[in-house]
Amino acid sequence: MSSIFHQTVLTALISGGIVAGVPLMLTAIGETISERAGVLNLGLEGMMLVGAYVGFIGAYYGHSSWLGFALGAIGGMLACSFMIVLCVWLGLDQIVVGIAITLAGEGITSVLQQAQFGTSYPRLGAMGEVHIPLLHRIPVVGPAVFEQHLLVYLGVVLVFVLVWVFRHTNVGLNLRAAGEKPEALDAAGVSVTGTRSYAVLCTGALAGIGGAYLSIIGAGVFTPFMTQGQGYMAIVICMLARGRPAWVLVASFLFGICLSITTALQLAGINISTDLVNMLPFIAIMVALVLFGRRSYLPPALAIPYVRGAR
Amino acid sequence: MSAVPAREAMPMVDEPMRPQRSRTATRALDLLMRSLVPVVLALVAGGILLLILGRDPLQFYSDIWHGGVQQGSWQDSAVRMAPLLLIAVGLIFVFRANIWNLGYDGQFLLAAAVLSGWGPSLVTHVPLWLAMTILFLVAAAVGAAWTLVPAGLKAIYETNEIITTLMMSFIGVGVANILVKGPFQDPSVNIPQTKVLPINKMLPTIPSTRIHVGVLVAVAAALVAYYVLTRTAFGLRIQVLGANPRAARHVGVQVRKLIVSSFLVSGALIGAAAAADILGLWGYSRANWNPAYGDTVIPFVFLARLNPLAVIPFIAFYAVLSTGGDLAAQNANLPTDFLLVLVALILLFMTLIEFVGRRRELGQSYLPEGLREVFRKPLIRRRPMGTEETA
Repeated sequence: MSSIFHQTVLTALISGGIVAGVPLMLTAIGETISERAGVLNLGLEGMMLVGAYVGFIGAYYGHSSWLGFALGAIGGMLACSFMIVLCVWLGLDQIVVGIAITLAGEGITSVLQQAQFGTSYPRLGAMGEVHIPLLHRIPVVGPAVFEQHLLVYLGVVLVFVLVWVFRHTNVGLNLRAAGEKPEALDAAGVSVTGTRSYAVLCTGALAGIGGAYLSIIGAGVFTPFMTQGQGYMAIVICMLARGRPAWVLVASFLFGICLSITTALQLAGINISTDLVNMLPFIAIMVALVLFGRRSYLPPALAIPYVRGAR
Repeated sequence: MSAVPAREAMPMVDEPMRPQRSRTATRALDLLMRSLVPVVLALVAGGILLLILGRDPLQFYSDIWHGGVQQGSWQDSAVRMAPLLLIAVGLIFVFRANIWNLGYDGQFLLAAAVLSGWGPSLVTHVPLWLAMTILFLVAAAVGAAWTLVPAGLKAIYETNEIITTLMMSFIGVGVANILVKGPFQDPSVNIPQTKVLPINKMLPTIPSTRIHVGVLVAVAAALVAYYVLTRTAFGLRIQVLGANPRAARHVGVQVRKLIVSSFLVSGALIGAAAAADILGLWGYSRANWNPAYGDTVIPFVFLARLNPLAVIPFIAFYAVLSTGGDLAAQNANLPTDFLLVLVALILLFMTLIEFVGRRRELGQSYLPEGLREVFRKPLIRRRPMGTEETA
């Protein structure tokens, strides 16, 4: 069994964990922003799919992963604009609209994919990995961690920027207030609707980029329903992290390893049922919820539309 | 927590009945409009989308009519109703208690896997009616058992059941696949699927139709659910819990027990839906098979205002839409996933219509509560918004 700890296997495990974890991380970071601002976004799955499709189209025809990510972000924002108008501006039920966005995202991307490519699934080539000088020569960790797409490092930087924003800036304070006590924010003269709007817009953009990463880098191909519940996993990661971006980073990486463990095990020559392996992240989440669920924290005003003056 | 189930479950309880016919008539018309307009708007918007995609919407919808109603295909639609209706009734039970059971896929597929793995050997040993009853009960038990963990977590720790049911759903789908590929796999074929029930050992059909008994079971379940939810103490407790958990605790409802029991009923009905589908229509389970009935049922459950009787026509409508939609999508060279877009449009328009109906309450925010009550009373009959529990 020593083959499990073979160098290539470990490298595959870590780099697979990163590749699978980054979409989760970006999406969960987005969800953190909107949950902190008091909007429960159940449409992540749909936004990721839209981002994945649009991003793939951009990267396929534009031959640039960055164009793909940009378009993915725009696609995600487009999908979440429904959420902004219906839930934030009009105060309609966030859960129902979230489910609707997920269904619409699944349906429309599947339809468009078939309209565009029929039943063929064109693949993308490898897209611009960067080799960080010196560091990528470290055995095991080097090729796994320091030979990723630049977006990975930007995403990690974003996490720490977000920690700083939440803790030390007015914007972060406004976001938190919109979820904790929107009345207070309103009384302080800041628009709750506006704050929540840009929070949800950020969520859509990040979920779109996450989806685009999934299709452009992760799979290199867009297939209908390719997110397979990752949007929901992002929501759980966000809840387990209790709104703290740094914990989102750790949790996403762990779930990424769970998602990619099949490939690593196959490299090690161990063949176990993919169904069992695919269940691992969800089992891990259930165990985590049973053990730590009591302490999970949600903002008090989460999923409650803000109506000025209403009690 | 969302307030949709709560608000719809207890319409104007705090309002003395006024014996004015015109007002009830207006209300009925209002309800009808609010239920039908989203569907119509969604069909129109879907038609526009079809135009953008370069397809003929009229052709598409007439194909749906042709493939879902005409020339005996209404019987296929009726058969498709059975699992949809049972799932809808199962969802109504929990939604009325303001609980979200979104784990229907796992509950459904696990029940389907267990009963199609065990069914073929059971029907050869016991009489058909007994085997069918046992299989229905087994499926219900499996579906109910799969809700136990989320129910327990919700009852004890108030863990968000949206997340737990979804996670259990993914696990359930995985377990169902493992069962179908492993112990229940038919050894005589290469593709991962269970043994097929012989056609004469499935649910009996109504003479000279293709409609099987499961459809009747589903309709009966809707009727019973209506009775239980509106005429029994259990139904009242569920409504009170859904309207306000704190009030429910106050009036002596054992909230934890009630959460678990409404979850169990819901899971059992969803399991029974699997039984109706497998025993009546398919006869076997395949690996990676997921009809995802639940996703598409949800909008119609809301449109029917969580009323088990009113949901029947809506489900019938969707059954026609999806049965005919298969043909229409094939003719238009679209994937059947296009129907998901239609369903999502119905949901979106539903919430929009809800907004139009509610707008009157939104503007009056600058008055103190007491004053607002005075202003509101003669005008609006609904509960003020924003009074829902901060869950």
